[in-house]
Amino acid sequence: MASDFITNWNNYPREKAKVSSPVFAHDFDTTLADNSAFIVRGNGRCYGDASLGASVVSSLKFNRILNFDAVHGIITCQSGLLLSDVLELTMPKGWFLPVTPGTRFITVGGAVASDVHGKNHHKDGSFSQHVIALKILTPAGAIIHCSATENSEYFWFTCGGMGLTGIILEVTFSLKKIETGFIKQVQIKANGLDEVLDLFEQYSHYTYSVAWIDCLKTGSNFGRSILMVGEHATVPDLNGGRQQPKKSITLSVPFNFPSFVLNGLSVKAFNAVYYGKNYKREMHGITSYEKFFYPLDAILHWNRIYGSRGFVQYQFVIPKQVGKVGIRDILTRISEKGWGSFLAVLKLFGTQQGPISFNMEGYTLALDIPINSKLFSFLDELDLMIKEYGGRIYLTKDARMKAEIFHSTYPNAASFTTFLNKIDPEKKIVSSLSTRLEIK
Amino acid sequence: MKTVLILGATSEVALALADQLAAKSINLILAARQVEKLNPVKADLTIRFGVTVTVVAFDAANMNSHADFYQHLDPKPDAAICVFGFLGDHDKAKVNWDECATILTANYVGAVSILNVIANDFESRKAGVIVGISSVAGERGRQSNYFYGSAKAGFTAYLSGLRNRLVKSAVHVVTVKPGFIRTKMIEGIATPGLLTAKPEQVASSVIKAMVAKRNVIYVLPAWRWIMLVIRCIPEFIFKKLRL
Repeated sequence: MASDFITNWNNYPREKAKVSSPVFAHDFDTTLADNSAFIVRGNGRCYGDASLGASVVSSLKFNRILNFDAVHGIITCQSGLLLSDVLELTMPKGWFLPVTPGTRFITVGGAVASDVHGKNHHKDGSFSQHVIALKILTPAGAIIHCSATENSEYFWFTCGGMGLTGIILEVTFSLKKIETGFIKQVQIKANGLDEVLDLFEQYSHYTYSVAWIDCLKTGSNFGRSILMVGEHATVPDLNGGRQQPKKSITLSVPFNFPSFVLNGLSVKAFNAVYYGKNYKREMHGITSYEKFFYPLDAILHWNRIYGSRGFVQYQFVIPKQVGKVGIRDILTRISEKGWGSFLAVLKLFGTQQGPISFNMEGYTLALDIPINSKLFSFLDELDLMIKEYGGRIYLTKDARMKAEIFHSTYPNAASFTTFLNKIDPEKKIVSSLSTRLEIK
Repeated sequence: MKTVLILGATSEVALALADQLAAKSINLILAARQVEKLNPVKADLTIRFGVTVTVVAFDAANMNSHADFYQHLDPKPDAAICVFGFLGDHDKAKVNWDECATILTANYVGAVSILNVIANDFESRKAGVIVGISSVAGERGRQSNYFYGSAKAGFTAYLSGLRNRLVKSAVHVVTVKPGFIRTKMIEGIATPGLLTAKPEQVASSVIKAMVAKRNVIYVLPAWRWIMLVIRCIPEFIFKKLRL
């Protein structure tokens, strides 16, 4: 096996790993029979060390579609299939992903292991809620089929289980019926934090909602934001126009930017332009699904603007009851630092079913911060605030949290580790994340 | 081309060929020893591209079965790509005849056996394309892999002769000499990045060569020049090199 330095989307950490890329299900048996511990990796779009380890098994070549029921919108595929490949097949037949994160370049297996959420979490829950069945190769070498009703403990610890319960071989999930590839979008400008949090409630009947928030604005405009809500456009909504958008143009960031490019000033300028373009308080429009769900996918390698030192995407959730006070408190701390984030994304989650999934009913905020020498100690302080508010941090975005924070903020952390010890006593499946957080 | 037969369909180059041909709406006959491995591939290509994919058991080393294997194909292919091959363990083959014979059969004798059958059919139909994946290793014997290399040398000469014979019957023969390919065959062997092709690159070069009726292709152009140099080294020097 070749040894390479690999890193995930945020370019931190960078770790040396042996990488293999199985093509057939049978190849995974060989992986298991080999004595060294490993972790399965999808397309490397997480922001941290969840799919890093001394030995990495890439699922990218294990990406076959096994069944597609175009009448009921149910697909079965191998775990390495990218969501973009799912869309390519299903969109023209009128089916969309039930839940999608902000990039379509993740694998289906990754979507399960991270139990990803999207702009419709308050309506449709996270990805696992749409998973009908999983086929897993357990660390003991057995194939098990599981679902919310069959081997349900295995199922629920696999959804959001960060790939630690076994090798996810196949996923069957249901799709969402749509008429067109367009979204009817409304953008609402909010001048402050309280206003945008209220707007989430006011617009909660929309299927999709998310807000972009300017972290650098202080004073009376603190927390100025744009709430974006949307619905899938119907055929009549398009007034006879084409029903599938043309393929959009992608640009690429060709190399890591030097670190001086991103500073307080350039981010302020970006945000000013971004907010400036929304000249009316409420703007209605029709946009392609790609622009609505995946604005950043249009710029390949956008992560390189943060330079070779990489960045951290800090994403946390705090319960709804303490949301207003908590988000203000935490955001104040962050904006005082002025370390810059293009993308502070705010969303109101609905309730959550999975025991180990990140989501809970409350407000989630995600922001990108370039790595500097003082960042991690600052984030440790933020972690404590989030813990105080009863919140937690998204493992898929985490590269640096302390084990104690994980164990004290995820209510089922203890039963999760007990379960993992039971099914994998020899610790065959281990990631840098599972070691760092003392999960295995 | 309406239907293409891929022999040795479980290799990564073969899978890349299957993907790219299916994307061009070409029906496929996928032949391999471990045929059950190909069921997910069949499902995938059928669902994505709406093509007909047939999966058939085929053992290159079982020469007696080849005529029968081809006889039962229905419909018959318009093109055949012979992808199978086996690097083997060279050091073991020096002392173990079974290993040596396996290398020779998988890379030469088995290929000749099945392509003879296919060539006769294409010749009588006065149409068809035959592709053989040979190797740069066949251009000059080296101490580190001359069993594999000599088998591929034989295969290259066979393809050249076949091309010469079939040209008047409007059957085209393509010889492919990829250098290193990033597959499991060389997992663990460090290869220079610029000289190592991805299976997808090999596949697209092969398909282009089939359409353009090229005779001999190297996938990465650098190999043409490297092999020219290697062929030009006088034997009294070459024999002392550690290659």
